[in-house]
Amino acid sequence: MSRIDVRKTSKLYIGGAFPRSESGYSYAVNDARGRFVANAALASRKDARDAVVAARKAFGGWSTRTAYNRAQVLYRVAEVMEDRRPQFVEAVRQAEGLNESRAARVVDEAVDRLVWYAGWADKITQVTGNANPVAGPFFNLSTPEPTGVVAVLAPQASSLLGLVSAVAPVVVTGNTAVVVSSYDRPLPAVTFAEVLATSDVPGGVVNILTGSAATIAPWLASHMDVNALELVGLAGDAALAALATELEVAAAENLKRVRRAPAAEPDWTADPGLAAMTAFLETKTVWHPIGV
Amino acid sequence: MTPTPTSRAFEYAPAPESRAVVDIKASYGLFIDGEFVDGRGTSFKTVNPATEEVLSEVAEANDADVDRAVKAARRAHDRVWGPMPGRERAKYLYRIARIIQERGRELAVLESIDNGKPIRESRDVDVPTVAAHFFYYAGWADKLEYSGYGSTPLGVAGQVIPWNFPLLMLAWKIAPALACGNTVVLKPAETTPLTALLFAEICQQADLPPGVVNIITGAGDTGRALVAHPGIDKVAFTGSTDVGRAIARQVAGTTKKVTLELGGKAANIVFDDAPVDQAVEGIVNGIFFNQGHVCCAGSRLLVQESVADEVLERLKRRMSTLRLGDPLDKNTDIGAINSAEQLAKIRELSEIGEREVSGAGERWAPPCELPATGYWFPPTLFTGVTQAHRIAREEVFGPVLSVLTFRTPAEAVEKANNTPYGLSAGVWTDKGSLILHMANRLRAGVVWANTFNKFDPTSPFGGYQESGYGREGGRHGLEAYLKGTQA
Repeated sequence: MSRIDVRKTSKLYIGGAFPRSESGYSYAVNDARGRFVANAALASRKDARDAVVAARKAFGGWSTRTAYNRAQVLYRVAEVMEDRRPQFVEAVRQAEGLNESRAARVVDEAVDRLVWYAGWADKITQVTGNANPVAGPFFNLSTPEPTGVVAVLAPQASSLLGLVSAVAPVVVTGNTAVVVSSYDRPLPAVTFAEVLATSDVPGGVVNILTGSAATIAPWLASHMDVNALELVGLAGDAALAALATELEVAAAENLKRVRRAPAAEPDWTADPGLAAMTAFLETKTVWHPIGV
Repeated sequence: MTPTPTSRAFEYAPAPESRAVVDIKASYGLFIDGEFVDGRGTSFKTVNPATEEVLSEVAEANDADVDRAVKAARRAHDRVWGPMPGRERAKYLYRIARIIQERGRELAVLESIDNGKPIRESRDVDVPTVAAHFFYYAGWADKLEYSGYGSTPLGVAGQVIPWNFPLLMLAWKIAPALACGNTVVLKPAETTPLTALLFAEICQQADLPPGVVNIITGAGDTGRALVAHPGIDKVAFTGSTDVGRAIARQVAGTTKKVTLELGGKAANIVFDDAPVDQAVEGIVNGIFFNQGHVCCAGSRLLVQESVADEVLERLKRRMSTLRLGDPLDKNTDIGAINSAEQLAKIRELSEIGEREVSGAGERWAPPCELPATGYWFPPTLFTGVTQAHRIAREEVFGPVLSVLTFRTPAEAVEKANNTPYGLSAGVWTDKGSLILHMANRLRAGVVWANTFNKFDPTSPFGGYQESGYGREGGRHGLEAYLKGTQA
């Protein structure tokens, strides 16, 4: 008799723990050919709120860590991912319908992307900040600081490389994130959450909700303790244009910074540039007199 | 109307600046495509807030006028200003900067007449900073590829500015926009249009190509029409957080790029080792500069408990020497409140504040004779204020200071950051490590340590949270007007 396999219902990742959805709901996740793979937790409004609380709680500690330390923590995530390559390749293969070698290339790219962003932690300040030569006897310095809690709607198509490319630039600079994964392809995000939990990322820095952006995002967009929105997960779907506008209108209530969705999902293999980081940075300028 | 010293210690003879230098026309049109044209809306009056005298009748731009201005700006962008090499654009901006210096006296007097601010401030702060801003950004026009933000302009910018620093806010908007190759349609505030209209004449004097700068006057409806116009690529706004929110909603779902410089409720934090006299000067400058009509005003004084009595006593003594009166008098410290509407708002919040602190503290202002005509409010402070009070949470935008105390640096940080705003903050202490600790932890876009209310064209300005987004000034200020290096 062949062995009966143990099927996994994946869970959410909030505050460093893996709760089931408060709603009790889950949904069936199929592979690219429509075959059932697993059940995933269907995040609710309450889960989104819990995730915001966790992200806010983590912000003070994470944003005041040294940049060197944040770089180390992100690099460690890349190390652990590398270790679990077979699992990621399988997840990407199933989710995106790629063959083994293409899926492997996606995973390679995702790990390398993390390494790339990890290195930015202690360089972004130097590249985006500067001293200002004011016309008077004053020391004057402008430096970037993280915006706060960022809600990230992760890309719908690129379930791992896109996810990593949307999340890493947010947290490497000291923000904390509430991430809504791809709805149809959530499982690479679930595995990524397990990597985060077993590396050195403090609980609450990245929170991952599986489920529907259309359901959860309005609660995040109107949440007064969320500081910014990354809407890239709405890219490439004209039917979601009205939702994008609705989210931006809701975000205006506390003047969240909104990174709008492009018309089509970006080519995630291209050079990301700085924009995904700088969209969630504030510039602080400090003055002090010079004198004897 | 001699400025009245609130203390009788010194009597000064009147020292009024001459009005002869300005020539205010009976009426003004809109400045569109290089010339003054009639507006199709209902014209309105601008008054001198110190005397309530009607200064001029100003055209109101209706939707059709807005459309005409945006189209003129688009033509000028596509045909002239966009294709022009940066080094040629630079020379126009240098010309404008030089003319502003040459006509500085005229601009300063006109600003004080229309706005009510003391001539000492318009002459020594506003106008020199305006010229410096144009000089600074003129130099960027042919160096954009080194900025880190690319060198491609956005197109046409719609810009809406407030009444507190009419000409300076115009400079903050127009200088970087033009340097980057954009053209602009700018709407000055309805109570202070005159220096913007004089600036339009300066553009003519500089032979700036028609349509590069368009100035349309009007109130909220004109501003809304401009922000909503599909022909603009960029909205830049300085003003209240409520209007900023409305603009953020209005542009939702568009590709318009937005920068918002909104309200504030800055904490000015005085530690027990601060040099008290300097700190008191900083507190006074922080809240009474420009009648407190300053978005980054230090409107919440957080003073360490052990020195609170001493600081308060010296602050009151200093406030008693402030001279309130004729904005054109060179000895005036505090001018007129810009409008009857703003005065009503300041009075209302102050009355609320008086009720809030009753029993725990006081509402205090030095004995101060207010002129019989015009809009005036004495420098005022409230003690016994708690964080829950409206007077500690809402932006008064007037010469009104709330005084709170704290014991530890951690408590000061917590109180300072306990606001939805995040524009500026002040720290006063002799301890360097404490300054840097506070500067790190204050969630504000500008931190002034052992100084306050300093501005410079090279220094980025702008807020966190509900104080808006984007920066004006410095290299960072270019980002608002360039497409960036991303595809």
